[in-house]
Amino acid sequence: MNKQEFLSELKERLSGLPQEDVAERIGFYSEMIDDRIEEGLSEEEAVAEVGSTDDVVSQIVSELPLASLIKEKVRPRRTLRAWEIVCLILGSPIWLSLLITAFAAMLSLYVAVWSVLISLWAVGGAFVGCFIGGVLASVVFTALLENAAAGVAMLGAGILCAGLSIFTFLLCNICLKGILILTKKTFLGIKIAFVGKERAK
Amino acid sequence: MDVQLKRGLLDVCVLAAIKDEDSYGYKIIKDIKPCIEMTESTLYTILKRLEAAHMLTVRSAEHGGRLRKYYHITDAGLRRIEDFKKEWKEIMSIYKFVIGEGETNE
Repeated sequence: MNKQEFLSELKERLSGLPQEDVAERIGFYSEMIDDRIEEGLSEEEAVAEVGSTDDVVSQIVSELPLASLIKEKVRPRRTLRAWEIVCLILGSPIWLSLLITAFAAMLSLYVAVWSVLISLWAVGGAFVGCFIGGVLASVVFTALLENAAAGVAMLGAGILCAGLSIFTFLLCNICLKGILILTKKTFLGIKIAFVGKERAK
Repeated sequence: MDVQLKRGLLDVCVLAAIKDEDSYGYKIIKDIKPCIEMTESTLYTILKRLEAAHMLTVRSAEHGGRLRKYYHITDAGLRRIEDFKKEWKEIMSIYKFVIGEGETNE
C-alpha cells in the first residue's frame, strides 16, 4: 500500500469524526510516513511501519467515548426542511417502534448470554448445598441412627458434589471472561461502524 | 501495568523527549523507543493532551519542501517533569521499604 492509498483509506474510515480532527490526524500520519521515507525506507515500508488502517482506526476509536461519536454522527449535515420534519413526526409510530424493537432485541440477546452464566452459578451453588447436606446427613446417619454404611455413602456423595461445584465455578470463570471480551469487542465494533463512511452520500 | 499510571508515565516521557530542544513526531518516537515502544496513534493522543494542558506548544516549520510540526516544551511542562522527579523519590522509598531494603528503625 502506498502513502496516498493509506491516507485516503484512513480518511474514509474516520469520516464520522469532525472534519478538522480528521484533517489534523491525516497530516500527522502523512508527516510520519514522510519522515520515514527521508530516513531511507521505501514508501511501502514506511506505510507498513506506521501500521495497518485497521490497527490505527481501532486505536483511535477505542480512545473516544461512544457518546461523542453518536453525537457527531446524529448531528444533521444541513437543517431539515419543514416537510421532512413533518414526515419524521408522522412516521414516528413506525420508525420509533422499529428502533425500540431492534434495541430491545439486542438487549434481550445480551441478557440471555448473562442469564446462562447466572444459571451456571446457581448450579455451582446447588452443588455446594448438596455437599453441606451430604456431610450433615452422614453425621446424622452415623452418630444418631448408627447406620455407618449409609453415613459413608452420604459423605461420598457430598464430596462428589464438592468436586463438581469446583468444576462448575471454574467453568463460570471461563464463561465470564469470554463474555467480557465479547462485550468489549462488540462495543469497539459498534464504534468503528459509527466513524465509518456513509457510502450513500 | 495500571492504565492511569502508564498514561502519566508516557506523558512525562514525551515531555522529557522535547525538554532540551524542540522535536517532531517521528524523532520523539525514535528517542523514546529504547525506553517504551509507542505507536503513532498513542503519541498523537498524548501530544494533544499535553497541548490542551498547556505543557507544550506546536509550530509548523518548513522542512525539505513540506511542513513539519515541531513541539516546544513550556514552563508548565518543565514543572511537570520536576514534580514527577519529586513524586518518584517518594515512590522509590516506598518501593525499597516494600522489597525490604529500607532503613529499619529497630
